[in-house]
This record gives sequence, C-alpha cells and structure tokens, in this order.
Amino acid sequence: MTVALKVENLSTHFFTKQGVVKAVNEVSFEVPRGGVLGLVGESGSGKSMTGYSIMGLIDPPGRVVGGRVLLGGTNLLELDPEAMRAMRGSRVAMIFQDPMMTLNPVLRIDTQMIEAIQAHEKVSRAAALARAREALARVGIPSPDERLASYPHQFSGGMRQRVAIATALLNKPDLIIADEPTTALDVTIQGQILFEMQKLTRESGTALIWITHDLSVIAGLADHVCVMYAGRVVESGTVDQVLDAPRHPYTRGLIASVPAANPRGRALAQIPGMTPALLNLPPGCPFRERCARADAACGADPATEALADAHAVRCFHPHTEALPPAAAEGASP
Amino acid sequence: MLVFIIRRLLQSVVVLFVMSLLVFAGVYAIGNPIDILISPDATQADRADAIARLGLDKPMYVQYLVFLGQAAAGNLGKSFAFNIPAIELIFERMPATLELAVFAMGLAVVLGLPLGLYAGLKPKSLGGRAIMAGSILGFSLPTFWVGLMLIMVFAVFAGVLPSNGRGPTTLLLGVPVSFLSLDGLKHLLLPGFTLALLNIALIIRLARSGTQEALMMDYIKFARAKGLSNARIVGVHVLKNIMIPIVTVIALQFGSVIAFSVVTETIFAWPGMGKLLIDSINVLDRPVIVAYLLIIVTLFIFVNLVVDLLYSVLDPRVRLTDSGQ
Ligand SMILES: Nc1ncnc2c1ncn2[C@@H]1O[C@H](COP(=O)(O)OP(=O)(O)O)[C@@H](O)[C@H]1O
Ligand code: SF4
Ligand SMILES: [Mg+2]
Repeated sequence: MTVALKVENLSTHFFTKQGVVKAVNEVSFEVPRGGVLGLVGESGSGKSMTGYSIMGLIDPPGRVVGGRVLLGGTNLLELDPEAMRAMRGSRVAMIFQDPMMTLNPVLRIDTQMIEAIQAHEKVSRAAALARAREALARVGIPSPDERLASYPHQFSGGMRQRVAIATALLNKPDLIIADEPTTALDVTIQGQILFEMQKLTRESGTALIWITHDLSVIAGLADHVCVMYAGRVVESGTVDQVLDAPRHPYTRGLIASVPAANPRGRALAQIPGMTPALLNLPPGCPFRERCARADAACGADPATEALADAHAVRCFHPHTEALPPAAAEGASP
Repeated sequence: MLVFIIRRLLQSVVVLFVMSLLVFAGVYAIGNPIDILISPDATQADRADAIARLGLDKPMYVQYLVFLGQAAAGNLGKSFAFNIPAIELIFERMPATLELAVFAMGLAVVLGLPLGLYAGLKPKSLGGRAIMAGSILGFSLPTFWVGLMLIMVFAVFAGVLPSNGRGPTTLLLGVPVSFLSLDGLKHLLLPGFTLALLNIALIIRLARSGTQEALMMDYIKFARAKGLSNARIVGVHVLKNIMIPIVTVIALQFGSVIAFSVVTETIFAWPGMGKLLIDSINVLDRPVIVAYLLIIVTLFIFVNLVVDLLYSVLDPRVRLTDSGQ
C-alpha cells in the first residue's frame, strides 16, 4: 500500500502574551492510500490543530514550528502560500464539526460548490454544476437539482454535513481530514454518514483522517489509531492493538469511559482530573497528575517506544496485562 | 410579499395623518404669518382682505379640515410668499437636495467600505489603527463646524473649490444636475463631503466589526479549506455577509442625510429643499413648511419600506411575513 500522507515530528505552537502553547508537539503518523486513521483524545488535546497544521490553516498567534507534512513526496510546509492554496480543497480537503456553521448562510449551495471547483480548474459553470449535482447524489441527497438552488438554512444538520462532504469530494482529493463531523448530529444520522464516508473513500482510494473524542466510532471505521494527549501522540497502532491491548494508562482510561464498555448500571469510569493547560507546560509526562502508575521517573519526558509491528507507546510504565474482558468487548465490536 | 407591501402602505397613511395633525398644530404655535407677510403700513382693509384670502380668519380646526380635504386631492396649499403651490416649490428644489444626498452617500460607501474592510482584515496594522482613529473624528465633529473649516481651507485659503451654490447644471432626463460638468462637480465636493463625513465613519465602523466577526466564523475556515483565493473570500463570503447591516444603515441614513442637509445647504447656499425650509420658516410660510415636513415623512416611510425589501433580498433567512414586523 502506498503512503498518501506522512507526518513527521509536526509541531505547532501558539505564541500568546502569557507564553507558548505547544498545541501540537512532535506528532508523527502516516496514512496509506484509501486508509482510515483515527485521531482520538479528549477535547483540547490538539487534534484539530493537527488537522489545521496539515491544511496550512493555522492563524497567528499560532505557527507550525517544525516537522514535515509529506503528501505524495511534497512537503506541504515548504510551499509558498499560493501553492498551498492550490493544494487545499484539491489534494487535501477538510470538513468540520458543526454543519450548521460551515456553509455560508447567504450563498446558495450551487455557488458554494461551483466555487470550490473553479478555484482549482478552468471549467465552465455548467460543467461545474453538473459535477456538483453528481457529488450531491453520491452522498445521498435526494433531488439534487432542487437542493442546489437552496440556501443552507433550508437543510437539516445531517443534510448540511452531507453537502460539506460532497464539497470535500468534488476535486477527488488524496486526503480528507474530518474533524468530528458527526459529533453535532444525532445517532442515526451519525451512523448513516459514517457508513457513507467509509464507502466513498474506499471507492475513490481517498485517505481519511477521522478526528473524534469517541473511541466507539473509531472501532468500526479506522484501520489505525493515534491517541493524542496534551499535544502529543501517546499511543498508536492498529485498531486491534490499541483498542484490544492498550498499553498507555490514558488509552485505558479512555476505553473505560466509553459507555458500551461498561456493564449496565455501573457508573462510567471517568479519568480523574482534567487535561492540563498547555500554556507553559512543565517538563515530564503531562499525564502524571492523573495517572495511577506515576512515579518519580515520570518527572522526565517519556520517549516513544516501538512495541510489536506498528504499535508504539509513550510511557515509562506501560500496561502489559490484558484488558479486563468487559471493557475489551465493548470497545471493539 | 404583496400583502406585506399593502399592509405597510396602509400603515403609512395612518402615520401621515397623525404627522399632518402634529405638524399643523406645531406650525400654528410658531406664530401668525400675517405680520410678516404684510407691510406694516398696509391699510386695515388690505390686511383683512389678505387674511381672508389666505384663509387665516377661520378657526384652526376649520383650517385643518380644509387643508386635509385639499391634501387628499393632492393639493398642499399655495405658498404665502411665492403664491404658487407649495408642493411645486418643493419639487422644484428637490433634485438639488437629492443629488447632494446621493452624492454624499455614494462618497460614504466608496470611501467607508474599503477602509472598513481593510481595518477589519488588518486590525493591528498601522493603517487599520489610523482608520479607526480617523473614524472617531467623523463621529464627533459637528457638521456645521466641518463645513466652515472646509470652506476656510479649500475656498478661502487654497481657493481651489467653490464654497456656495450649485454651479452650472445640466439636464439629465429632464432633471437639472450638477455632477455632469467639472465645475458642477467641484461645487458638489465640499457640501457632499460635509454630509458624508458622519456616514463614512459609520460605514467604516460597521464594515470593520462585520468583517472581524465574519472572519471568525467556521464558514470562512471552510471557504479557506476549499482553496478559495483571499480575494474571493473577502469579496464574496465576507462582503455578502457584512452588506446586510450596511445596506440597512445606508438606506436609513439616506433619510437623515436629507433632513441634515438643512444645515449643510444653509452653510453652502445650496439651493435645495433644506434651504427652502429655512427661508420658509423665516417668513412663516405655513403651507411650505407643512408640505416639506409631510414630504420628508413620506420619504422616510418609503426608505423604510425599501430597507425591508432589500433585507429580504440580501438575507435568504429573512422572509417577509404579512405581520408587518
Ligand atoms: N488561538 C489560540 N491561542 C492559544 N492557544 C490555542 C489557540 N487555538 C488553540 N489553542 C490551543 O490548542 C490546544 C489544542 O486545541 P484543539 O486542537 O482545538 O483541540 P481538540 O481539537 O483536540 O479539542 C488547545 O488546548 C488550546 O490550548
Ligand atoms: S509515563 Fe508515568 S505518568 Fe505518564 S502515563 Fe506513563 S506511567 Fe503514567
Ligand atoms: Mg477540535
């Protein structure tokens, strides 16, 4: 399988008045053509900023300060602004969390889809419109002709997200970054969209990065998983490795807090404490305040340690024992 | 939509009726025009004759009813001073005022919109800060003072621009206008800029805050993620959103610019309706004052209706309902 995207030691910092926020800290992963990578972690762990960094959409006071983002051999971080603009929407696309907010309320759907094509290709309006219509049909929007002439407020949330997905697919990108695209939708719609996204990317060979804080979504969708905490990848591997045999205490905490992993009636095992503020984060394992296994060694920064095959973990005292049966069952269907 | 417009027109008639009552009573309170209109050495008979001719001998409510009856037939009475229908007098002066108002609002948009956009896109730049500081001046300087200063600088000291009158006019579709000749345009500049200043400041503020707000929205991030050029993002996605409040304000300000032009027209001796109003107040020319105020009210009603219609065109989420709200 050829690699669609390879991210190496990507670091993005925000230089605020109060100090430096290391929102993305030495993050590395790769996604094969047609592959699905799940990026999971609690809110504030740097998932969105990782996606924005790849897209070249980090705004001041933030800046990508190091690393490489290789898309088919091109390092996106070295492109000038115009070359990066030409990449966005044509080779890498992104969809966002809140479908109520991502479409411009005062522009018609056809305008918003046609401009996405014409930003990259010299095609007639009629040809672009035909492609937009076809893309809407592909994501399961009934009577696309009528819908193209509508405004966003005439669509439901799920339909809007489908429009966003259709827009992302318009130029057949190599990679789509989906930033919690189903979080704001209800469960039935979420299931439909997950299913369709999977089908569409598989058909076209598009690589997919699926950002979520919900491990149960990842289980059925992704091939590989990166677990992020405080701007770093703390555990990565195949879905089976990470969900069935998690090594990092944080990954175990996340799995235990998935509702399906719990025997009925028992309270969810929340991870104690909160994600640390990333502003001027002191050295050492950022999870140590919340970790039951922390000891003096954890005052230093743990390095990423490769385990079997693709599995890697960043912890001084990784778990080696199997996951309790109930939890393992729930997290991976 | 049609129901909406009809309903609004009916409401307008009520507003006009109430206004006519207020205006009539107000004008009555100012004083008796007969003392000004007739030379002090006129005979008692001449005087009584004039009073009867102008209808001033009847009680106020009768005068009002007569006025109302004539107004319903489209006749707002004859000017005491010029002895021609007041409405004719006003319509004769209206093109000058409308030209000045349109020119001022055009100037406000042409200058205010780009400056406000720039200040919104680059709020921390030197230019952006300078624009915002300048807009404060636009808000706080009184119109008459700005007008006098402009006359001092450009007409008196530099001597490059004329300070009074309309200059030569050219007929455009039968309406006399100044802007078609260079000399006429020069005459427009100072009064036009004086009237525009507050509106430039207003539009800068609106455009800047609208731009900053729009830039934070997810739809702008999504537009960038689609690979759109900055020109398209600002020129279409941002502009179309900020135009909603700006068009509203432009239209509403158009009404007050016409009302404010009373001051500006007086300073620059611009032969418009405002100047006519001041002259008419000086001689207590009641029919002209009443007609002027009623025409201004009609104008405001019309402008408000246009604003509501424009609003529904610009913002697809707004659908006019027949509730009239
Ligand atoms: N404009 C900003 N200024 C300072 N810090 C920021 C800014 N934007 C994001 N961050 C930091 O980046 C961190 C990661 O944010 P994000 O990637 O959105 O998290 P996630 O998507 O995982 O919920 C946040 O915790 C926040 O501290
Ligand atoms: S390094 Fe130490 S504190 Fe950090 S997760 Fe591992 S055991 Fe816990
Ligand atoms: Mg996020």
